[in-house]
Amino acid sequence: MQTFSALQLFKQGLAGQSGWRPQWRRPEPKPAYDAVIVGGGGHGLGAAYYLAKQHGLKNIAVLEKGWLGGGNTGRNTTIIRSNYLFDESAALYDHAVKLWEGLSQELNYNVMFSQRGVMMMAHTVHDVQVFKRHVHANRCNGIDTEWLTPEEAKAFCPPLNIAANMRYPVLGASLQRRGGTARHDAVAWGYARSADALGVDIIENCEVTAIRRNAAGAVEAVETTRGLIRTPKIGVSASGHTSLVLGMAGVRMPLESYPLQALVSEPIKPVFPCVVMSNTIHAYISQSDKGELVIGAGTDAYTSYTLRGALHVTQHTLDAICELFPMFRRMRMLRNWGGIVDVTPDRSPIVGKTPVQGLYVNCGWGTGGFKATPGAAHTLAWTMAKDEPHPINAPFSLDRFREGYLIDEAAAAAVAH
Amino acid sequence: MLLIPCPYCGPRPEIEFIHGGEAHIARPPVPADVSVEDWTDYLYLRTNEKGVHAERWRHTHGCARFFNALRDTTTDQILATYKAGEARPDTSTVKA
Repeated sequence: MQTFSALQLFKQGLAGQSGWRPQWRRPEPKPAYDAVIVGGGGHGLGAAYYLAKQHGLKNIAVLEKGWLGGGNTGRNTTIIRSNYLFDESAALYDHAVKLWEGLSQELNYNVMFSQRGVMMMAHTVHDVQVFKRHVHANRCNGIDTEWLTPEEAKAFCPPLNIAANMRYPVLGASLQRRGGTARHDAVAWGYARSADALGVDIIENCEVTAIRRNAAGAVEAVETTRGLIRTPKIGVSASGHTSLVLGMAGVRMPLESYPLQALVSEPIKPVFPCVVMSNTIHAYISQSDKGELVIGAGTDAYTSYTLRGALHVTQHTLDAICELFPMFRRMRMLRNWGGIVDVTPDRSPIVGKTPVQGLYVNCGWGTGGFKATPGAAHTLAWTMAKDEPHPINAPFSLDRFREGYLIDEAAAAAVAH
Repeated sequence: MLLIPCPYCGPRPEIEFIHGGEAHIARPPVPADVSVEDWTDYLYLRTNEKGVHAERWRHTHGCARFFNALRDTTTDQILATYKAGEARPDTSTVKA
């Protein structure tokens, strides 16, 4: 691997930038692998990287039906936080935040992780009570959440409107200072480059069309648009299409796929210092390093695979943004798009084994999977390598729906997130 | 925004409705007699169809009644709507 450093930059500068090599190979698929990851987003590429790096599996393929990071990895609003209510969630998401903190160094790739703080706005008495409960629960779990009065919130984020005559006035906020954003493409590319250097074959434009199982029921191969690939282990990180891939192995999933929309504005000078979220009025906003406001909306009302949603959903979000930040009322939006997110009944992910031997799944991240990318990848790799869950992802099993051990972040937050 | 033909009121904009999830999932009459697997299936497992999907809608801001719709989840085109209790119409002759 061609490492990135100031010295390398200097050398390439002297050579007229002509010596840079592609960051990963484009291999043809081999007939067999020790493990196959389905889905070349951050989660899947990360799992391949950790399998190769920490568990010694080198003969791995990542199969991606489109291009790397072209699914939800490239479509989200890049918010990273770990201020979840339940102990299991706090452990999982904070595991990810801790990995984020060292990820650029680990991968020798600048993922632009920026711990600028994530502030969640409370607009009702109910919000205030729920958020304060979250703050206390988080602090018991060693997560740095704090409660802010409206004045403190405005001091932290000066564009914020805290006038009392708003439709949904700001009654306070919870702030996680270790939260922030990262560059989503760089996460996929950084993992891809490091995994490739460890011998992982990254195969794009390769859609899985069937999963073959042997007489004992264990997986033995995947059929793809680029031929048959034999493997004893399949890890599925296919987000919105997980139900379809698991269906190929005869596993029914507790998932429904919804469109989730996001949009960006024209780029402007730095005006917005942090990430602001409002679950109550469905507004999620930060400013990218390019200067665009990055805005996330809520999910559409109905399940769909169309990669687009209704205009009234984004309009509702922009109404809220304009009320919270009146200075943005004359901003123009440049692009909007949708991603397909797989939502579980309890709004917590599923990471672990399935009833089929050799088939592992990482799914159900719903509207907030990006933040967990390194943690999900790391625990999926552990589970695939050892055929048993890591203590952190053990509670997030598919079995929990059968056993009734739900991790009900839906009830905890009262919205999808 | 979808234009949804309510079988009682006719075509109305999507914001008058709420989505009620997958249709034709009957609650087992005596839950105590159902196996854990079947109860899990009833409560949580969903088809999540990519293609023609039968789903419930409720015309909350209209007649307030539930009905079912067949919608292609790859195009969002509604192929048919029908009253609750009626059998799923055959859409093989409908052009998607």
